[in-house]
Amino acid sequence: MRALFSIAWRSAWNRRFTLALTVFSIALSTFLLLGVERIRTELRENFASSVSGTDLIVGARTGSTQLLLYSVFRIGAATNNISWKSVQALQAHPGVDWVVPLSLGDSHRGFAVLATSTDYFTRFRYGDRQTLKLREGKPFSELFDAVVGAEVADKLGYHVGQKITLAHGSGELNVAEHADKPFTVVGVLARTGTPVDRTVHIGLAAMEAIHLEWVGGAPMPGVHIPAEQVRKFDLTPKNVTAALVGLKNRAAVFGVQRWISTYTGEPLMAILPGVALDELWSVIGIGENALLLMSALVALVSLAGLVSVVMAGLNERRRELAVLRAVGAGLRHVLALLALEGAMVTVLGVALGVMMAVLGIALLSPWLQAQFGLTLSLSEPTLNEWLLMASLLVAGWLASLLPGIRAYRLSLADGLSPRI
Amino acid sequence: MSTPAHAGSAGSADASPLRVVLAAEALRFTWPGGKAPCIDIEAFRIAAGESVFLHGPSGCGKSTLLSLLAGVLVADEGRVMLLGHDWSQLSGAARDRCRVAHVGYIFQQFNLLPYLSVLDNVLLPCRFSARRETQASRNGSAREEAEHLLSQMGLDRNLWTRQALQLSVGQQQRVAAARALIGQPEVVIADEPTSALDEDRREAFLDVLLTACVENRSALVFVSHDQRIAQRFARHVLLPEINRAASSAMAVDA
Repeated sequence: MRALFSIAWRSAWNRRFTLALTVFSIALSTFLLLGVERIRTELRENFASSVSGTDLIVGARTGSTQLLLYSVFRIGAATNNISWKSVQALQAHPGVDWVVPLSLGDSHRGFAVLATSTDYFTRFRYGDRQTLKLREGKPFSELFDAVVGAEVADKLGYHVGQKITLAHGSGELNVAEHADKPFTVVGVLARTGTPVDRTVHIGLAAMEAIHLEWVGGAPMPGVHIPAEQVRKFDLTPKNVTAALVGLKNRAAVFGVQRWISTYTGEPLMAILPGVALDELWSVIGIGENALLLMSALVALVSLAGLVSVVMAGLNERRRELAVLRAVGAGLRHVLALLALEGAMVTVLGVALGVMMAVLGIALLSPWLQAQFGLTLSLSEPTLNEWLLMASLLVAGWLASLLPGIRAYRLSLADGLSPRI
Repeated sequence: MSTPAHAGSAGSADASPLRVVLAAEALRFTWPGGKAPCIDIEAFRIAAGESVFLHGPSGCGKSTLLSLLAGVLVADEGRVMLLGHDWSQLSGAARDRCRVAHVGYIFQQFNLLPYLSVLDNVLLPCRFSARRETQASRNGSAREEAEHLLSQMGLDRNLWTRQALQLSVGQQQRVAAARALIGQPEVVIADEPTSALDEDRREAFLDVLLTACVENRSALVFVSHDQRIAQRFARHVLLPEINRAASSAMAVDA
């Protein structure tokens, strides 16, 4: 067997250029499959980690997915707001530990503006219950202070001290600007890989202040309240879009949820973020399966390529196999030789593919982070990834056996005199 | 067709007092799908150490007979015996083992694995057969025996470690002969080994092959259609004469 191994190795080395192509094609499909799988899991991970440590999200009565979409992902808009009285009632509930009100609706150059309380910076959690961190500056304290997310800062080149103006409504092109009341960036948040990165944060009072003279989505004609005078007004918000709620005891979550949905002041609803995230993922998760299917097809095609490359090279090996048979190699040796070669090529290919995937993730993750807000981390392979690698190894090896079986047949028919 | 006068008498190996190493008896073989048998031989025997020149026009079943003698093909009827073992009684794997243990084989050309050195090519049978290995190392090591055979074949020491594909065709055939002879197989089968060689090289090759076969006491079955080298062999066999299938087929052709 040792003799056979050395012959297999030297024979393969003799055909190294053809085999290198095969190794490379296996490596590419390994790279692709592992890459897609990693992106898929990280996407899901990123998605699921966009909010954590919040027990309930409260909003006006609507669909649970919709509430999640606008309160966490800043997608779409609320049809109704909740009144400040309801927020206060919520805060007074004995089971409730904290309430962080959220007020949405304005934007800054395409990024959502979120008005909230300073509690947001201590209470809001993402990922594995991580708190928000400032990479620059401090949380807002003055009325016209703003704290921007990492992506806002990077894309627009903002640093502490930058003056910005907000626009009424969402979207890039806004006619109605709150140009008379500019904000100053006082803090930049560290990157989180969540929608927080794409948000401009201001205080609730500031939101109230810039809308003092506004009615029904437009400034009242003839009324202008200069920025320096707004402090004379009562800047307590009249209503907010949603609220994040933390409980003293998580076990009470269903009780509090029921209390909110039967609240008599106005129609409210409360959702459990985890449950709503799962619901939402089950809708958009179809896309991820399509992605996986695609890469499985790519793997299949490259395995077919492997088979054809080895098959094509088989004729030139008939002579070699006949010589081996003449010097005493049995049919089982011929089969073992081809199986060994197939194993060598597949193992090398998969190993190279894994290296490419690791390198690719290491090199591309900053770009992916910047472009798509997708955090890819180099970590131990997941169970799924191990399974993928194992099935690639098995599939590649089996595919290389196909030509092996043909060679075996040829060798059986040729005997010692190959008809070529 | 010129048949040497003594071929008929030499064809009867029965008279030889020597041990029979290879024998075909009442042998019939038809290729799968073929209508008529292509081999039909009553008796054909080769004694130990004999050198037999087997000739005949193409299509008379030379290659088929060689495959039957080497146990690559198995007789439909009758039997082929190597040292008393009937090929058809052995399993495929056992035939492979038996073949390499007792038979050396030389092809027409392309005998060598191009990616192995000359020495490694010669040593190949020893890698697959313990018997050949043991026999080859009776006077030291198998490597020394390989070197001895290579120098016997007139191949310079500086060629031994070269890759096989760097050698000329004539040199390659000599390496193949050394490989067929290593470990003293009882039978060496050569299938037109000189067809790719020019006249000078052919004579030189025959010189070293025949001498080495005598020294190693190996019987040689040498197939060729080249009558010019016939006189170098002690015994001539015209295949159409012993193969009834071929003679009848050719009678029809004529």
